[in-house]
Amino acid sequence: MPTDNMKQAIDYSAMPDERGHFGIYGGRFVSETLMQALDELSDAYHKFSNDSDFLAQFDADLAYYVGRPSPLYHAERLSRETGGAQIFLKREDLNHTGAHKVNNTIGQALLARAMGKNRVIAETGAGQHGVATATVAARFGMECIVYMGAEDIVRQAPNVYRMKLLGAEVVPVSSGSKTLKDALNEAMRDWVTNVDTTFYIIGTVAGPHPYPQMVRDFQSVIGREAREQIQELTGRLPDALVACVGGGSNAIGLFHPFLDDEAVAMYGVEAAGDGLDTGHHAAPLCAGKPGVLHGNRTYLMEDSGGQIIETHSVSAGLDYPGVGPEHSWLKDIGRVNYTAVTDNAALHAFHRLTRIEGIIPALESSHAVAYGVQLAAGMSPEQSVIINLSGRGDKDINTIAKIEGIQL
Amino acid sequence: MSRLQGCFARLQAEGRKALIPYIMTGDPHPQVTVPLMHAMVKAGANVIELGAPFSDPMADGPVIQAAAERALEFNITLEHVFDAVSAFRRLDDVTPIIMMGYLNLIEVAGYESFARRAAEAGIDGVITVDMPPEEGEGYISALEGAGLDPVFLIAPTSTDQRVAKIGAVASGFVYYVSLKGVTGAANLDVDSVRQQVEMIRGHIDLPIGVGFGISDADTAARVSACSDAVVVGSAIVKRMAAHQKHTPDQIERIIGDVCELLGSMREAMDAVPVDEITRTA
Repeated sequence: MPTDNMKQAIDYSAMPDERGHFGIYGGRFVSETLMQALDELSDAYHKFSNDSDFLAQFDADLAYYVGRPSPLYHAERLSRETGGAQIFLKREDLNHTGAHKVNNTIGQALLARAMGKNRVIAETGAGQHGVATATVAARFGMECIVYMGAEDIVRQAPNVYRMKLLGAEVVPVSSGSKTLKDALNEAMRDWVTNVDTTFYIIGTVAGPHPYPQMVRDFQSVIGREAREQIQELTGRLPDALVACVGGGSNAIGLFHPFLDDEAVAMYGVEAAGDGLDTGHHAAPLCAGKPGVLHGNRTYLMEDSGGQIIETHSVSAGLDYPGVGPEHSWLKDIGRVNYTAVTDNAALHAFHRLTRIEGIIPALESSHAVAYGVQLAAGMSPEQSVIINLSGRGDKDINTIAKIEGIQL
Repeated sequence: MSRLQGCFARLQAEGRKALIPYIMTGDPHPQVTVPLMHAMVKAGANVIELGAPFSDPMADGPVIQAAAERALEFNITLEHVFDAVSAFRRLDDVTPIIMMGYLNLIEVAGYESFARRAAEAGIDGVITVDMPPEEGEGYISALEGAGLDPVFLIAPTSTDQRVAKIGAVASGFVYYVSLKGVTGAANLDVDSVRQQVEMIRGHIDLPIGVGFGISDADTAARVSACSDAVVVGSAIVKRMAAHQKHTPDQIERIIGDVCELLGSMREAMDAVPVDEITRTA
C-alpha cells in the first residue's frame, strides 16, 4: 500500500499521459485502421474541450435538455433506519432518459457534429447508453446504429423499443456470450469499416485513448455538482462516496472531482453475481488480473491462457469482463477501494430503497445502494455518505418480476 | 539470413510473388492443422500465417471469428500453436511461419517468455492485430531479442507519417490491409491497392504483403502484380468451415478443398507476365 506521502505526490489531473496511460493501464491497443481516426478524435477533443463556445453549448444542453444539476437528496428515512451515517443520493436517475449515460452522449454527439460526422454508432448492455445515444441522435438528426447482445435484447426489451421509437436501428449480436462485450466487438468492426463517416460513441470510461479520458471529463459533472451540493447541505465534504462499477463511468464521474480530497474515502462496487467464489460474477477489479481488451490495458476476467471469460450479473449494465483503465490504476495506488455485491444483496437493496424512500433504483445502482447502506451502518450519524444513484429502475421491472415469479 | 528473408530473396530471384495462406490453429479440428500446413506448402504456399484463437477477435469478420470459436471448443492455447509449429518443423525447416493473434494471449504469457517459446518452436514472425508500434516498445524488443520479426499492419487510413513510423520498427515484411473493414470483407479495388503499395514503398524497404478481401485466383494475380505477397485468409477458412466432422476421410477432403483454391491462386500468380512484375515492382 502506498504511504500518505506518495498519495500527496500524485497529480490526478495530470492523468492520463499524452498517449492515454494511467500508470501501466489504458493506452491505445487497436488495429492500425483505427489509429488515424483515434488521433483525429484526440485532436478534435483537445481542441473543443478548450473551446469556450463548445463548453457553453455542453453546459446549456446539460441544464436545459438533461435537467441538471441533478439533486443531491438526503435519504433521511433510509439513514434513520440504517442507524449510521447520513445517506445522500446523487439523483442521476432524474436525468432525461433516466440515467447518467446522457451526460456523456450529449458531449460526444456535440463532438461528432463539430467533426462533421453524421452517423453515430454505440454498443449497449442494459440499453441505457443505447437509449441515451439514440436520444441525442434524434435531437441532432443523426443516423444511429446500436449494437446490443442478443441476450441483453431479451433482458431489456423496453429499452430496445425505446431506441426504435427514437429512430435507431438496434442490431442484435449473437457471437460469443451475446452480451455487452460482444456488442462492443461488433461496434468496433462497424467503426473499422465506416471510419470516414462514423463517430463511435463509447458509453463508458473504457476503450482506446482518448475515450477513457473524454468520457470521464463529460461525466465529471456528477462529482463537481455533488461536491458543491454536499457542502451546501452539510457544511463539509462527505466522508465516503459509493458508486457501482461496470465499465465505471458513473463512478469515475462522481469520484474524479474528489480525488484530491484525501479525507474522502471512495468505494467502487462491482457485481459479485452469484458470489466471487463461484466464478459467476462480473468483478474484474476484485477477482481478475490485468490484460488487454477493447483497446486498453486494464483488469479483466480471463482464463489462464488469456481468453476472456463469460461474466454473470443480474444487472446487464454491470455484465462486462473489463473495467475502465483509470479504475485499475486507482485500485493499484490504493486511492479507491473496490468491493463487490451479489445479485441477492442488490435485489434486497432494490426493494429496500423502493419501499423506504419511494425511489426505484436501477439494478446497477442497487449494487451501490447495498454497499453504501452497509458502509453507513458502521459509521456515526455526524458522518455522511454519497451514493451515486446512477439510474432509475423502471427498465428492470420485468427482470425483477421474473426472478420473483410474478407474471406482469 | 532468416527464413523470411531467404524466402523473399529466393522468390525475387525467380520473379515470383509469395502466396501466404492463413489458417486458424485447431480449426476445424486439432488433427487437421499440421497435415494441412504441409499440404499448403505443396500446393504453392511460401509462408504460412497461423492464427492463435482469441475469444474477442475485434478486427476479424464473422468467418475468422467462427474459426476461433471452433478452435476454442478444443481449448486451443498458445501451447497448441507452438506444438503445431514444432511438429511442422520436423519435416519442413524452410517455410516461414508467422503467428497472428491478439495481444492479450501474449500479455498473459509474458512478452519475453512468449518470444522465447515461439522462437524455440520455429515461429519466424508475429503479427499482433491490436499492438500498434506506439505501444510496442517492450513487445518489439522481446521479439527481436528472440530473433522473431515483428510484422505490422498498414491500413488504407495510415498516413505517410504513420507508415514511416511503422517502417522504423517493422521487420520481415509489412502487411497492407487492403480494405477498411474486418477480415473477409467485400472485394477490393486493386487500383487503389497499387497506389497505396507505391506510397508504402516510398517509406519502407521491406517486402509488402497485401491481404483482406482476396478470395479468388484472379484477384490474387492482380494483387500480386503490384505487391510482393498475397495473403489469403477468409476464403480458405470458409472452405474449412464446410467440414465439421474430422474422420480421416474428411481431413483429406478439407485439405483437398483448401489446396485446390491455393493451387489456382498459385497458377494465376505465376502466369502474370514478368514484364508486368518488373514494371510494378
